[in-house]
Parts: sequence; C-alpha cells; structure tokens
Amino acid sequence: MIEVHAIKGGIHPPEEKALSNPGHVINCPMPPRIILPLNQHIGAAAEPLVAVGQQVLGGECLATAKGLVSANVHAPTSGVIASIDDHPVPHASGLSNCCIELIPDGEDKWKALSGTDDYRQATPADLVSTVRSAGISGMGGAGFPTAVKLMASDRTPINTLIINGTECEPYITADDTLMQVDPAGIIEGAEILAFIVGAERILFAVEDNKPEAAAALTRAVAESASPVSREVVTFPTKYPSGGEKQLIEILTGQQVPSGKLPADLGIVCQNTGTAVAVRDAVVAGKPLTHRIVTLTGRALTKPANYRVPLGTPIEFLLSLAGYQAEQSSRLVHGGPMMGFAIDDPRIPVIKTTNCVLAPTEQEFPSAPSAQACIRCGHCAEACPASLLPQQLYWYARARDQEQLERHNLFDCIECGACAWVCPSHIPLVQYYRAAKGFIQDSREEKIRSERSQARFEARQARVDREAQAREAKRAARKAAAQAKATQDSEEDPIQAAVARAKARKSEHEVTD
Amino acid sequence: MALLRVTSPHGHGQQSTSQVMSQVLLATLPGVAALTWFFGPGTLINIIFGGLMALAMEYVALAIRGRDPRPYLKDCSVLVTSTLLCIALPPYSSWWLLTVGMFSAVILGKHLFGGLGYNPFNPAMVGYVVLLISFPLQMSTWAAPAGWSGAPGLGEALTALLQPAAYDAITLATPLDVLKHNQGLLLDDLYRESASFGQWAGLGWEWVNLGFLLGGGWLLYRRVFTWHAPLAMLATLGIAAAVGFDDGSSQSGGSPIFHWLSGATMFGAFFIITDPVSSATSLRGKLIFGALAGLLVYLIRVAGNYPDAIAFAVLIVNFAAPLIDQYTQPQTYGHGDRGEKS
Repeated sequence: MIEVHAIKGGIHPPEEKALSNPGHVINCPMPPRIILPLNQHIGAAAEPLVAVGQQVLGGECLATAKGLVSANVHAPTSGVIASIDDHPVPHASGLSNCCIELIPDGEDKWKALSGTDDYRQATPADLVSTVRSAGISGMGGAGFPTAVKLMASDRTPINTLIINGTECEPYITADDTLMQVDPAGIIEGAEILAFIVGAERILFAVEDNKPEAAAALTRAVAESASPVSREVVTFPTKYPSGGEKQLIEILTGQQVPSGKLPADLGIVCQNTGTAVAVRDAVVAGKPLTHRIVTLTGRALTKPANYRVPLGTPIEFLLSLAGYQAEQSSRLVHGGPMMGFAIDDPRIPVIKTTNCVLAPTEQEFPSAPSAQACIRCGHCAEACPASLLPQQLYWYARARDQEQLERHNLFDCIECGACAWVCPSHIPLVQYYRAAKGFIQDSREEKIRSERSQARFEARQARVDREAQAREAKRAARKAAAQAKATQDSEEDPIQAAVARAKARKSEHEVTD
Repeated sequence: MALLRVTSPHGHGQQSTSQVMSQVLLATLPGVAALTWFFGPGTLINIIFGGLMALAMEYVALAIRGRDPRPYLKDCSVLVTSTLLCIALPPYSSWWLLTVGMFSAVILGKHLFGGLGYNPFNPAMVGYVVLLISFPLQMSTWAAPAGWSGAPGLGEALTALLQPAAYDAITLATPLDVLKHNQGLLLDDLYRESASFGQWAGLGWEWVNLGFLLGGGWLLYRRVFTWHAPLAMLATLGIAAAVGFDDGSSQSGGSPIFHWLSGATMFGAFFIITDPVSSATSLRGKLIFGALAGLLVYLIRVAGNYPDAIAFAVLIVNFAAPLIDQYTQPQTYGHGDRGEKS
C-alpha cells in the first residue's frame, strides 16, 4: 500500500454523482447526422482525406493528423460524406470550425479491423504508432494527443504509470461508470501503456466517493496477472484532486516543477477512458470512435451515462435524456467547475466530451453581480496551487504584468475553487484567463518587436557594410589613380614644364 | 432557446459577503452583553445611534461617488465598521463625538480610499484614533463598572447622548490607567486597594474580554478568519507581559492574564486585526502581522502615553501590511524542492 499525501487547498462542492446513476451505460442510437470536427484535441487540426459525396465505412480514417501534435479522425459508422465545412464546435470561444459531416446509412458496416495478438512481441515504437493512427487523445478533458505523451519516455525513463479515475468534478460519472462496467479493459489498456513507456508500477487512482469503481478495479487486478506491480489507490474526495499535478502530489508527495512535465519525474498520467481506447486500438485494431458521456442535471428527466458515437450532436443526446429546455438555466460542456457554457446545442460530442450538464436555475442560480473584494482570503485557502488569488485579482485588474508573473499567474490551473468560495461572487477565473491572454499577447508582441529590431539592425549592418565596401572601393580606385599618376611622372612635372618652355623658346630663337 | 454564455465555475458556494459581515456582527453580542451588564446601556445606544449615522453617511458617500448604494448597504460592511467603533468608544458618548467618529471612519477611513476593500487602514480604528487625539478628555471618561442596577438608566443615557453638558457621569479610571499611574505599590496590593480591579484583571473588563473571546472563538469555528493573526497577537502580548511582569513588583507591567483580559485586547485580537482588508494576506504574513500588533500593544501600554494601545498598534501594523505581503508570499505548487526525481 502506498501512502497518500494531502494536497493544499481544495473544496467540497456538492457531488451530485448519484443523479446520473453511475455504473450503468445506455447505448446511444445512431443520430441522423454525425459532425466530426477536424480539431478535437490540443494541437493542429487534422487534414481531410475524403471528399464530399464519398461513401465511407465505420472505422475508416476520414482525416489525418497534420504534424506531430495532432490526431486522426475516424468514422464512427458507415455512410456518406455530406459536407466538409464550418460548423459550431465545442470550444470555450463558441466559434465555428471545420467539420466533416457524415450521414449514416444505417447499415453500420465497418472496415476490416486487425489487432495485435500479443502486444509484447511488438516494439513500443510500433505500439505508439498504433495509438497515433487510432486518433487517441486524452479523454479526461484536455485532449492532448496520447501518442505524443507516450513519446516522452524517449527522453526520460518512466517508472510510474498513473491511471486517473479520480473524476473529482461534481456531477460527472463517465469514468466511474467505465471503471464499473469495464475494469478489465482499463487494466489491459494500462498494461499496454506501462509496456510502452517501460513503467515498473501502475497506480489506479480513485476518489473514495466511488467505492464500487475501486472495488471493481481491485477485483480485476486480483484476477489478472502482470509483470509490473499494480495498486488501486483510494484517497479522500476533494476537488480538484483529479488535476494531473494534484494527483501526482497525492500519490507520490512530489510536485511537478513549474514549467516541467510529469515525465520529468518519471511519471506518466493517463485517463481511464484513454486506457480503454488504447486497449481497443492495440488489441482489436479499433480506432477511437465512441466514448461514454454523462448526461446530467435537473433539467433532464432521464439523466444517465450514454455510450455515444463521436460526432453526435448534443441536441440529439439532450432529446434522448428528456431535456426540458424551459427549465434549463444553461448548458455546460464538461463539469460545473471547469466546463464551458454551450450556446449552440448543435455542437457535436468530441473526444473530450465527458459530460453534458443541463442544470436548472435552482441548481446553478445566475451569479449575482460581483461585490468588492474584502480580501477575506478564502480563495487563498481554497487554491490547490498555493497562489494568492486575491492578489492576482488585484494585479489582473491593474494589468500589472510584472506582479502577475511574480505571483506565478501561469501556475494557475483555472480549477475555479477560488471563485467557488468567493463571498463577493467575483468571477476570479475569468480575470486570470484574461490576464494570461494579455500577458501572452504582450510576450508575443515583445518577440515580434525584438524580431523586427533584429531585422532592422541586420539591414542597417548590411547597408553600413555596403557603404563601407563602396567607400573602400572608391578609396582603392583613388589610390590606384594616384599611384598611376605618380608612376607617369617620375621626374618633377614643374621641372619638365620649365624644360619644355625653354626648349620651345630656343626653337623660337632659332627660327627667328 | 436562449443559452447563457458564462464562464466556469458554474456553481458557487453558499457564503456571501453580507453573511460574513452579519456573522461578525452577531459575534460581538457576548462582548456587548458584558459591556451592557457592567456599564449600562451606553454601548447599546452608541451602536444604534452610530449605526444609523454610518448608514446615512455610507449612502451619501456612495451617491456622491456615483455608485448604486443598495448592494453596498445590504452587505452590512458599514454596520460592522460602525459597531466596532461604537464598542470601542466610551459608553454614554455624546452625539457630536459619535458624529465626528463616524465621519472619520466612514468617509475618511473608507470612502476617500475607494470604499469597501480599498482602505489600507482599519476604518473603525481611524475613527477611534482621530477622536482619541482630538478629544482626549471625552475619550478617557469611562463609566464606572457599576453593574446594571448602578448604571445610568435609559433616560440618563439619552441625556448623555443628546445633551452631554447636562449629563453628570460617574466615572472610574480603567485598570490599565491605574496600572500606568501606579507608584510604589506591589501588584497584589494594587489589586486589593483599587476599586478598578476584579478577580484577574479589571472589574467588569475581564468579563467583557471573555465575551469577545467567546464571540471570536465562534467566528474561528465558522471559519470567517483563520487563527493565525489573533493567536500570534495574544501569544506575543502574553510573552511580552511575562517578560515585563517582574514578579508583581511596583515596576511590573502587569501579568499576561491581566493584559489578555484588559482593555480592548480580545476585541482587538478577534474583531480588529482580523479585518481582512487592512491586514496581511498570506497565513505566514498574518502570523507576523498579529505578532507585531501584540508586541506594539504591550510596548504602547507600558511605555507609551496612552493607557490602551490597540488602535495605535493596529494602525501601525496596517502600514506594515504591504511590506509583510512582499516578503511572505507562499510557495506556489511546483516552485519548491519537492520536484526531485525519486
């Protein structure tokens, strides 16, 4: 048994997990149309491989990763490509982006899939490329391409793989459900991941408000054999224990140094859903086309966990779950603490969609207008990064870049614990996001101005150089001309002139 | 369907600023009850009259500053300021003393600096110090702790408020005063001979302090503030008093118990230096802030010109708060040495 460590700060918002009946999953029927954004991950958008009107099979790659940090996009069913065009996508900005629209033909024909019988015969590099071609990106929320994360082990040896089943956000039960219905899949996926990165131990991290999930994993660990040490670790429920940095501190007592990666500590962290996706890709050759989504909130009559084809419009899911639009105060993609508001329910489910939350006005009342900060310090007590949110707020309002950086603004993980406890209802996270934005802008501006200065100086140097070269040439020409002139008149020119005059005079005298 | 575009987090905890303020007001009750029990209804009248005046001044100030006064009046913050000042003022203060005090606290101490959250000094203490320096006579006339029966009645109290010239007060030097002017008596003898002393400290005062300790303890339990500043202040004051106790000689500065239960010690420790706006920010900063306040309280009480010292000590440490903040920033996650590879 490893010892768990306490983290600083954190809060205990109402959990509301029972609402969506964790442990049971409903298969979502095929929607009439599938919208697949080309960018469902952190990094560059994928490039379409298909054309409008083309017939595709389930599991077929529709768009290919562009560059290293990118991910493939696959068809979740068979059908016809109807369009490749801008469409509203799940993003905090509310903007549209390029999506492939697929009209399912209802036959759900799949291309032939082939997996690896014994992944231990493969090389880790081959398995990474399998993960990459399956289009897997982190399914916990951030959506970083998994293959890239696994390649970190090339640089530093990894000893610990953490499978993150913490799910500390209130309401969400997608990971909880997955751990209960497919613990063996999570464990097999974890074994594959551990083999890829060369980890000697796997820690399955579960908060203690999910005893069924922890029990299911523990049973499945006991029933399977493994060359590495494995342990299911439970720890007290507290938000945001599931943040990667916080979880690493809970399990190891170590902190990921600011600006570094968990890999620098010899740790790789993966979400439970990601582990199952890796298992599917390696063992069955199946790309990432489905995921579990929690539909919850009191504006739904049938909240539940659904297994959803990626690209399913959220309005389709809402109608399945009995959405009562008139009772709903807002729609949230993700959890109540870090999710973003949806302003267009046509947006599709993507690889990072773990939850769609439809609360009533009573559940999440509209925020009253913010009052003055009384510096009570509750935010600093709640901050898991040991920042001073009240000071950051102060400096963000003053746009004091130097102090913001001195107070480590960029170590803020935007978990929202500070804003949750703020008695003055100040939208603190919003201030920090805005401050990060303008600092980023000013850094880029600085880089741009440095570049343009460098260009200017280079040009100036070149102009000077050319001028000097010209000057040198001119000087050389002048010197050469002088040298020639000197050579031409070895004798004194005046003497010569006098001599010439004398000669002429004597001639005259002769002729006279 | 009209959907809100709001940013995370989407939920919010239960606490609000007006709740925090109301809890502070509620927590003054035991102390105020003790003051009323020993000194009569003077403090209550202070609080009511001063509170009404403070609300009026807050309204006017907000209106002049072009703010909507309603949310600010509802947050109860000005009532906290006025109540704390009124508790600190001598009972049976006159209307003009209260008016000048409220003006100094609400207008000078708070609104001239930008209103709630922007005041570098504790507004109640600003008001108190302005009065103490301007009207030392009125500010040092404390009613005798005659008990409820011996205290002035309501009619007399109103006379004191509205027609101060016609009010004939029965006063008694406070124990801190008596100790300051002690010449040649051992502490034990002083306790026996002076009418001002009670069991452990001043007559009545010890119970007033215990009352504020009780209220402060409740606020700690409700997590309105942390223990750091109050505990640091009381500990430093206790240590300083122990050092200067001199075994109860005629030169003694008083025992730790005497200092803890005299004057405005508990009131200051739990209701004044815990004012978040004007105190240090981090927990370590609060420890330093509180300790500094405790030390200053002792030094001013023993070596200064004024018998009690909370107000001066608090204003001085208010000055120091930004400097303390500068050097006590907590270590952010990932900035320490816990990132070594194991």
